[in-house]
Amino acid sequence: MLVFVYGMIGWTVKESLGKKTNSYTTAKGLVGLKNYRDLFHDPEFTHAFQNLLKFTIVFMVGTLIAGLIMALLLEKGIWGEGFFRSIYLYPMAISFIAMGTSWRWLMDSTRDAKATGLNKIFWDLHLGFLQSNWYSSERGAMYAMALPAIWQMSGYIMALFLAGFRGIPDDLREAARVDGASETKIYRHILFPQLKPTFLTVLIILGHISMKVFDLIYGIASKSYITKVLAIYMWQVIFDFQNFAKGASIAIIILVLIAVAVIPYLIYVVKTEEQK
Amino acid sequence: MSSDLLERISSKDISRNKQSLTGKEQFWLVFKYVGLCFLTLVAVAPIYIMVVNSFKGITGVSQSAAWSIPLHPNFAAWGPVWAVLRGSIGRTLFFVVQSSIISAIIGSINGYVFAKWRFKGSTFIFTTFLFGMFIPYQAIMIPLTEFNHFAHLTGSIYVLVFAHVIYGIPICTLIFRNYYAAIPTELIEAGRVDGASMVKIFRTIILPLSIPCFVVVLIWQFTSAWNDFLFAIFLTGGSPQLSVATTALNFITGSGNQVYYGNNMTASLIVSIPTLIVYIFLGRYFLRGLLSGSLKG
Repeated sequence: MLVFVYGMIGWTVKESLGKKTNSYTTAKGLVGLKNYRDLFHDPEFTHAFQNLLKFTIVFMVGTLIAGLIMALLLEKGIWGEGFFRSIYLYPMAISFIAMGTSWRWLMDSTRDAKATGLNKIFWDLHLGFLQSNWYSSERGAMYAMALPAIWQMSGYIMALFLAGFRGIPDDLREAARVDGASETKIYRHILFPQLKPTFLTVLIILGHISMKVFDLIYGIASKSYITKVLAIYMWQVIFDFQNFAKGASIAIIILVLIAVAVIPYLIYVVKTEEQK
Repeated sequence: MSSDLLERISSKDISRNKQSLTGKEQFWLVFKYVGLCFLTLVAVAPIYIMVVNSFKGITGVSQSAAWSIPLHPNFAAWGPVWAVLRGSIGRTLFFVVQSSIISAIIGSINGYVFAKWRFKGSTFIFTTFLFGMFIPYQAIMIPLTEFNHFAHLTGSIYVLVFAHVIYGIPICTLIFRNYYAAIPTELIEAGRVDGASMVKIFRTIILPLSIPCFVVVLIWQFTSAWNDFLFAIFLTGGSPQLSVATTALNFITGSGNQVYYGNNMTASLIVSIPTLIVYIFLGRYFLRGLLSGSLKG
């Protein structure tokens, strides 16, 4: 199985170096890195790449903060914790193609009296200035796209942080309290440093999800130009333009982006585990 | 400082909390609940929209009133939508169940080997396995379609079984390995002293202990295969004979039909129901899968 998957990756690499630019030709032979060079001169590729970066930044920061807030609110144990926890986590269980229907409507760009979705709530609450074009605006599209992603993933991040907090022995906290440390100080100097491995895990998980994001954007905006990311572009290149070599090159770029972050992390994890 | 002193402090702390909260503590408690309730509203909003609008019939959905609850709740939109989706949902169930079971079985065998058997290069192989969890679907998509063509799998639902088994193995292996690592080695040693083989130990000692872990893995695989869209659309090439829940749904709600709100919301809800049911009844196992899949080690 292992051989199979890695073999397939090798195959993709080979394809990305080849000249099979549509499925009907059986062009053989290699063109070296030409496909990659071409990509970097392809304005659509750079556009998709920039979009992906914007999305990644907002998504990672937003999810991290939202998940951490949820965990902080629940962390000490509070009546109804189980209820809140399952409510925050349910988005993880639902397909984004399904949730996209709802979000498409929530982020509808009509305004004021005719508004629907989120804009209507802002309008009714006399917060009209908060209305937005969401994912239909040229500038803010990717930031708007990050909202549903944050919505879906923050419950997961909450669970990770909650597990982290609960793994810290209570004694540590109590000892600091006896010494007269304030709550804020306890969090800053005692709890957060203990959570470093959790932060690292969270960043890796969010980062790799963000790099390959596809369903979420496709479910809301389909192949629309302003919200295009690498995975969507690759899909277009393969299905609509039948350009396999170019598609394979994009796939390998996505893989490399993930690998540079994940491989050092995995080596670190496996090593620390062995030392135990 | 002795531990029972700490214990007394903490128990005193709690009992005092129960009796009377200081003003500051009361403020924080209220603040917390306000925060939690606000987040609950945000989390629930999208599914609320889906549910209320699916009961408004096919034509009764006016966009500006979509937040309101249905005045005349009815199932008018459900019948036609179900008729369209029925075939795809059945097909999804068929391939999802098969791929979950196969990958769980392979995962448990692999997990056992990695947890209890140290062989040369096992760390390296395990690391490559772990990286398998992070490999994007896209990286193997093109060869996979070509392989399917070669193996005459194109046009059959087994392309999806195959793809999800391959992709599920790393995470299943990891979950099982973490679970088996907690089983005391003495148990296996005892079996070995009695002369049982590796295979027999696995069958008679390990397997009976791993039922909870199987539940975790099966739920995990079920949810991710059910919700998968990328493999489905790539490998079936969008052919209607092979449509599964997500691709059929995308076909219904796709660009040309975005105005049929009642229809779309109902279809989305129907497709979400199976995974939601699993989540509601087996949420604890779902959570465990999420956490042990996150490599905390």
